[in-house]
Amino acid sequence: MKKREEARLIHDADSIASITGRRAFLKAGAAGAAGILFTFKLQDLLGKEGAAYDPKGHWWGFMVDLTKCIGCGACVRACKAENNVPDGYFRTWVERYTFLEGGDVKVDSPDGAFNGFSSDPPYDPNLIEKSFFVPKLCNHCAKAPCVQVCPVGASYISEDGVVLVDHKHCIGCGYCIQACPYGSRFLSPEGYADKCTLCYHRITKGLDTACVQACPVGARAFGNLDDPDSSIRKMLGKSRYGVLKADLGTEPKCYYIGLDQEVR
Amino acid sequence: MMEHEIMNQITGFVFPNEIHVHWTVMIVMYPYITGLVAGAFIVSSLYHLFGKESLKPIARFALVSSLVFLVFAPMPLLLHLGIPERAFNIMITPSGTSAMAGFGIVYLTYMIIVVIEVWFSLRADIVKRALESKGVKRFFYRALALFDLSLDDRTNALDHKVVKFFAALGIPVACFLHGYVGFLFGSIKANPWWSTPLMFIIFLLSAIVSGIAVLIFLFFVISWVRRVTVDRDVIKTLAGFLWGFMIIDVTLEIMEVLSVAYEQTEAWQTIEILIRDKLFVTYVVIQLLLCSLVPFLFLGVNSVLRLRAKMSNFLVFSSSVLLLIQVLAMRWNVVIGGQLMSKSFRGYTSYTPGIWEKEGLILAFVIFTVPFLLLRMVDGIVPLFPPDSALGRWTLEHRT
Repeated sequence: MKKREEARLIHDADSIASITGRRAFLKAGAAGAAGILFTFKLQDLLGKEGAAYDPKGHWWGFMVDLTKCIGCGACVRACKAENNVPDGYFRTWVERYTFLEGGDVKVDSPDGAFNGFSSDPPYDPNLIEKSFFVPKLCNHCAKAPCVQVCPVGASYISEDGVVLVDHKHCIGCGYCIQACPYGSRFLSPEGYADKCTLCYHRITKGLDTACVQACPVGARAFGNLDDPDSSIRKMLGKSRYGVLKADLGTEPKCYYIGLDQEVR
Repeated sequence: MMEHEIMNQITGFVFPNEIHVHWTVMIVMYPYITGLVAGAFIVSSLYHLFGKESLKPIARFALVSSLVFLVFAPMPLLLHLGIPERAFNIMITPSGTSAMAGFGIVYLTYMIIVVIEVWFSLRADIVKRALESKGVKRFFYRALALFDLSLDDRTNALDHKVVKFFAALGIPVACFLHGYVGFLFGSIKANPWWSTPLMFIIFLLSAIVSGIAVLIFLFFVISWVRRVTVDRDVIKTLAGFLWGFMIIDVTLEIMEVLSVAYEQTEAWQTIEILIRDKLFVTYVVIQLLLCSLVPFLFLGVNSVLRLRAKMSNFLVFSSSVLLLIQVLAMRWNVVIGGQLMSKSFRGYTSYTPGIWEKEGLILAFVIFTVPFLLLRMVDGIVPLFPPDSALGRWTLEHRT
C-alpha cells in the first residue's frame, strides 16, 4: 500500500511529487524504467528542499478560529490562484450564517465568497440577531468516507494524514463526491475528482498553505498534530472546539474554535 | 442545463460544489437495466429450477433477455465516467474497501453463469439448425455449437442438468448483483435519503418486479405483433408473481419512508420537503399513486375475480407497463432525489437531463432500446420460444 502510494506520487507530474524524496526514489523500482527516469529528472530539478521532508512523524491537521474570520474571501482567492481551481468549483469557501428574529437561520456563500460578502445583507438588518462566517475546506478525515468508497484506490490518505486524489488514476465515477458529507469534492472539467490537498506541495516544503498565508486575521492555522510543541496543538490545547458532523464517525481533522450548532 | 438556470432554481443554501448533480440519468438507467437482468433471470429460474411448468413457454426467452440486458448494463456507466478510458482500473486495481470495486467481480461472475446457461439451453436448437442448413450458415451454426453436433437423449439430459445447475447458482448471484447495486446507495452515510439497510432489499424486490413486468410486456407485444393468441397460462402465472412481489416491494418502500418520518430526526425535516416539493410528481404521484396503487388494484382484481380473457389481458398488460414506469421512477427518485438535497440540509438544487448530450435522454433511450432489438435478432438465429408453445409454432411456420 505504502509503496504504491509513493510510486503514484512520483508519477504525478504535480509538484506534489517533490516531497517523497530519495527514499521513495529508491523504492520506486516497481514503477518501471520510465518512471525512474522521470523521477531522476524531478529529483535533479527539485534540489535539496524536497529531500528534507519526512512524512513520518507528521499528522497534519487544520484549525479555524471562527471568532476571528471576517469573511473577506482572501483565502478563497488565494486557493484559486495557487491551485488553479476551475471556475464554479471550490477547494475552500466561506459561508455566512445569519440568525434572524424568530429563529430563522439563513446561510449564503455567493460564489464561494470569492469576492467576500456584500456589506448590504439580503435580509432586513433590523431583524438580524447575530451573524458570523465559517470557512470550509476538506476536513482531511482520519476515517475518510471518500477514500473508503473510491473503487480504484485513486483517493487515499497519505502517510502524514492528508486526503489526496491521484488525478492520473481516478476514473471520474463521482462516488467520492457522493460519500463526502461536507461537499468538499467536485469533478474537475477534465473528468477527475478534485479537492483541497492542504497545499501538500507547499506544506512539505515548510511553507504555509495558501489560505493560511492569505488570511489577514489569522483565523486559519494548520500544523502537525503529532508534535506537542506545534502551534496547532498548543492552540487546541487551550480552546474549546468542535468538528463538523461528528456523529458520522469520519473523525475530521479540521477543528473549529467557536463552532455553533447550526453549522453543518 | 445552463449555469444560471440552475442557480435560479436552487432553494435555500447548497454547498457551492453541490450545484451540479453529478450522477445523472445514466446512473438512473444503470440500476434500472441491471434490475431487468436480475428479474428476468429469476423468472427463467422459476421454470428451470423450480419446475413451474406454466412458465415453460417463456423461460428461455426470459433467460436470453437477462443476457442481452446484462450486456448493456455497463453502457450507461461508461457514458457517465469522467475518464471512461480508465474504466478498466476498476478491474485492475480494485480497492478492497470500496463497495463499487466489487462491480467487476460480481458482473463478470454473473455474466459467465448466464452465458453458460444460455448456451446449454440453446444448444439442442443450435445443433438442429446446423444439421438443417448448408454452406456459410452451416458453418455459423457449427461454430455456435462449438463444432460438436452430437444430439441424443444423453446429451439432452446433460444439457438440462447443466442448465438446472447454473439456474441454481445464478439465483444467489443475481440477487447479489442487484442487492449490491442497492448497497452502493444504502451504504452512503452522508446522504440520509440513501442511507438505509433496507435499500438493497428494496432494490432487489423492485428488480424482480421490473423483470417480471418487462417479460409480461414483451410477451403480450410479441403475441400481438405475430397475431398469436396470448398464452393465458403464462400470463396468469406471471401476473400472480407480479402482484405478490409488487406488494412486498411497495410495502417496503413505504415503510422505509414512514419509519424515517416517525422518528422525526433532523434528516426528516429535509426529506419531508424533498418528498413534498422536489419529488412530489415523480415520487408521490407517479411512483406511489399512479404506478403502484393502480396496478395493485388491477392485479388484485385480476387474481381474485374470474374475468374474460380480454379484460384480464388489459388489466395485466397495463399493470406491467405501469410497474415498469414505477421502477424507473423509483430509480430516478433515489438517484436524482438524493442529490437534489444539499448535505448542508438547508437547501435543494435542481436537475433536468439534457437531450442530446453524452448523458442526455436520447442516448439513455437508445441504450434502453438496443437490448430489445438484440433480443429480436437472437430470436432470428435460434428460436427463443419452445416449438410446443403458440409463439414457437409461429416461429416454425414463418421460418424462411
